[in-house]
Amino acid sequence: MSRKMTTGPAPDIAAGRLPAEAYLANFEADAKEPLDVSQAVVEASRCYFCYDAPCIEACPTGIDIPNFIRKIQTGNLKGSATTILEQNIFGGACARVCPTEVLCERACVRNLAEDKPVAIGLLQRYATDFLFERGIQPFQRAPRTGKRIAVVGGGPAGLSCAHRLAMLGHDVTVFEARPKLGGLNEYGIAAYKVPQDFAQTEVEFVLSIGGIEARTGVALGRDMSLAQLRQDFDAVFLGIGLAGVNALQAEGEGLQGVIDAVAYIAELRQAKDKARLPVGRRVVVIGGGNTAIDIAVQTKRLGAEDVTIVYRRGPEHMGATWHEQEFAQVNGVKIKHWARPVRVIGENGRATQAEFEYTALDAGGRLVGTNSGFVIPADQVFKAIGQTFIADPVLAGAAEPLEIRNGRILVDQARATSLPGVYAGGDCVSGVDLTVAAVEDGKIAAHSIDRFLRGLQAAA
Amino acid sequence: MADLRSNFVGIKSPNPFWLASAPPTDKEYNVVRAFKAGWGGVVWKTLGEDPPVVNSSSRYGAIHYGPDRMIGFNNIELISDRPLEINLREIKQVKRDWPDRAMVVSLMVPCEETSWKSILARVEETGADAVELNFGCPHGMSERGMGSAVGQVPEYVEMVARWCKAHTRMPVLVKLTPNVTSILGPARAAAAGGADGVSLINTINSITGVDLDEMAPQPTVDGKGTHGGYCGPAVKPIALHMVAEIARDPKTRGLPISGIGGIATWRDAAEFMALGAGTVQVCTAAMHYGFKIVDDMIDGLSNWMDEKGYASLDQLVGRAVPNVTDWQYLNLNYKIVARIDPELCITCGLCHIACEDTAHQAIAALKNEGKRRYEVIDAECVGCNLCMHVCPVPGCITMMKYGESEPYLNWTQHPANPMRKAAE
Ligand SMILES: Cc1cc2nc3c(=O)[nH]c(=O)nc-3n(C[C@H](O)[C@H](O)[C@H](O)COP(=O)(O)OP(=O)(O)OC[C@H]3O[C@@H](n4cnc5c(N)ncnc54)[C@H](O)[C@@H]3O)c2cc1C
Ligand SMILES: Cc1cc2nc3c(=O)[nH]c(=O)nc-3n(C[C@H](O)[C@H](O)[C@H](O)COP(=O)(O)O)c2cc1C
Ligand code: SF4
Repeated sequence: MSRKMTTGPAPDIAAGRLPAEAYLANFEADAKEPLDVSQAVVEASRCYFCYDAPCIEACPTGIDIPNFIRKIQTGNLKGSATTILEQNIFGGACARVCPTEVLCERACVRNLAEDKPVAIGLLQRYATDFLFERGIQPFQRAPRTGKRIAVVGGGPAGLSCAHRLAMLGHDVTVFEARPKLGGLNEYGIAAYKVPQDFAQTEVEFVLSIGGIEARTGVALGRDMSLAQLRQDFDAVFLGIGLAGVNALQAEGEGLQGVIDAVAYIAELRQAKDKARLPVGRRVVVIGGGNTAIDIAVQTKRLGAEDVTIVYRRGPEHMGATWHEQEFAQVNGVKIKHWARPVRVIGENGRATQAEFEYTALDAGGRLVGTNSGFVIPADQVFKAIGQTFIADPVLAGAAEPLEIRNGRILVDQARATSLPGVYAGGDCVSGVDLTVAAVEDGKIAAHSIDRFLRGLQAAA
Repeated sequence: MADLRSNFVGIKSPNPFWLASAPPTDKEYNVVRAFKAGWGGVVWKTLGEDPPVVNSSSRYGAIHYGPDRMIGFNNIELISDRPLEINLREIKQVKRDWPDRAMVVSLMVPCEETSWKSILARVEETGADAVELNFGCPHGMSERGMGSAVGQVPEYVEMVARWCKAHTRMPVLVKLTPNVTSILGPARAAAAGGADGVSLINTINSITGVDLDEMAPQPTVDGKGTHGGYCGPAVKPIALHMVAEIARDPKTRGLPISGIGGIATWRDAAEFMALGAGTVQVCTAAMHYGFKIVDDMIDGLSNWMDEKGYASLDQLVGRAVPNVTDWQYLNLNYKIVARIDPELCITCGLCHIACEDTAHQAIAALKNEGKRRYEVIDAECVGCNLCMHVCPVPGCITMMKYGESEPYLNWTQHPANPMRKAAE
């Protein structure tokens, strides 16, 4: 086959690049193999059962890690899972998706002596899998309070809040715009981190406590307003995540083949047959966070031949951890640092190349262009340069507007917003955008709502 | 949820997990922390007559095995070294603040009736639930005619138990020393003296090691050492045996037992209870990890009982006792052989060499196309379990029933036994 080189290479975007079994291995197998019994026992026995352990402090949800690991040692797996889930109801997802290398495992005291922390994430998975395999819901609801709370957004923040509220005896209605619950666990996290439909298994587990009514396909701002919810419910929790993405602000952004990474991943996560997803032969990813890593690895695993991440600063500045960067490289992804996009070059409205300019830091530490650069052939260019909060749905038709600061919903320590009875958490408020942080926000907000409602009760 | 509430000789506690009389129960500060952590009760550190004893500096020795620390632990400490009055005041205060927890007071005074009578009256005044007579300490106190010097002489055990029963309305537990040839002597004596129950074991005479530079036993106090009391996970098998002996002896059967010795997990506790212990006491594990371990003990025991369908402790206590028997009644027609799972085998060869060098040459070392493979020769295997124990891979070597089931035949009936009872 010969192609006319005079006009540059034509885009090569195709589905079904790999044999059928490769898709199963690439997307339905765990990126990290779970531990078997003997591995779990050996690993658990490495934990010193530290007092006031640093790992607990490093976990945003404050799981009592030494205690759950000791319970694995003693064969009390139900107790172990319960210890995990009482602090973090998404302990199963977090065991799979948390960047433990910068959280609990970085704090492990074993790092000081031997640079090899206890594999906390894998042990957490071992214990929670035991419970899920048996369909046990270890928590019971407190006596019904008769209070009703609206939770907007069925992601980790919203569902964590809903579960805790249900446990405290309240009745919860979850409003979710998408057809399925789970938020980014269902639509965003890399497929190989949560294979085998784990997100839905976990959602069912969370809901099995009872007292939570889920209404999917209902969007705040479209189907109802915040003012209406405040009228109809005793309190409201907003966990609506980030609906927008940053623009590249480079020429050629409108070309076909220039794609928002998060939207593509959502499609990929929902595709039953991954062989039907069109993917470029040469893929360029712009960004330096986990989304960049995830889209790069997943397009590689869909059969892209060359995948290059281009990031405008150095490896140490990337949002993706060292572990994630290494994972991408092991998967055959090339990472180029210190270059920023200048334009996407296209033909007939379709992207064919991406042009970059090398960057450097000037004397004042600012990032500047160097006027020299390079061009990479690209059938697809993925934008993974960050998501943004879109406030319209919460502001729509409001007499009293919710206060937004630095582009996110403003909350205090208790996760209370500027409006009485309205709480918020997860990606739509400031803080680190991680599943575990969203779960903690939801939990804290639930307790604040509980105090708020009981306070009102006392006053009445 | 299983009901873990315990009523042991009238001493009530929310769970059967007590801290044994030792440093963890030495004073109000510790005991309050323990109760906050969830412990069901304590046996207060042994009280004696004033003036208080004096302790040495350098007190503990330990056995570390591989990566595991303190699998065995030894101490040369004495009874409480604080004034009696202070201890009693604190006991009274803690019992008042924590009425639902078991408060047992351990005592050791000279072997004279007046000494026991007077201290009992003072303990009773604190509102404590019971007393435990420490006839167990193997060091320091025995030289003064107390502790194991009493516990090793059944007549003394019976006599002191009787005095105490006569002079107090509180339940009386007798804590037994394992430093005897048979635990039944002192246990029967305690029962005969009217004790409400026994606690065992106290620590075992031991030297944990020798400092080869100082040429002195450990722990070493200024160049010299002495034997101390051994405890921790290593002593559990000894304690279990002694508990079982008391539980099945016709003269002591039914005597309430508080099990002690190497208990660190809910599973250890369940084993003691299955052999007849109504409550369990813990010392070394708490000294190793702190009071928080009780969380797993409570939760683990409860989850396991739910799984097994035991609704309350009385359904569990003593459940294994009928299956403890004498060797001569074991079924000699029961045959098992080892099975090696080739899928799990990592070909280390330890099973082969154990059997080849020291047992019955029943594991063949084969080479199959250059691959190592180990196979049991059924006809040679006597079912001793050695290979299963040396195998580093859990579940790789298991023991399987072998051959046709023949009828039960024990040693008393066996043709090879010259003293066999004549068959009718
Ligand atoms: C590609 C990608 C990969 C990631 N990988 C990881 C990872 O490996 N590990 C990790 O810890 N974190 C990861 N994250 C971050 C993590 O997924 C988020 O921090 C987390 O999901 C935030 O939870 P949330 O509940 O706040 O928001 P979301 O999970 O976004 O959930 C918000 C929910 O609200 C719904 N919603 C939005 N608007 C409305 C409306 N108007 N009305 C009703 N419902 C609405 C949405 O449909 C969604 O279901 C990743 C994020 C992305 C984008
Ligand atoms: C440091 C130390 C001090 C002890 N002091 C006492 C004591 O004062 N009175 C007593 O009855 N037993 C005493 N013991 C024995 C314990 O109560 C317990 O019987 C023994 O340690 C076995 O339990 P364990 O294996 O859980 O430690 C002591 C044990 C230790 C380790
Ligand atoms: S534990 Fe350590 S610090 Fe505390 S008294 Fe003993 S030797 Fe001293």
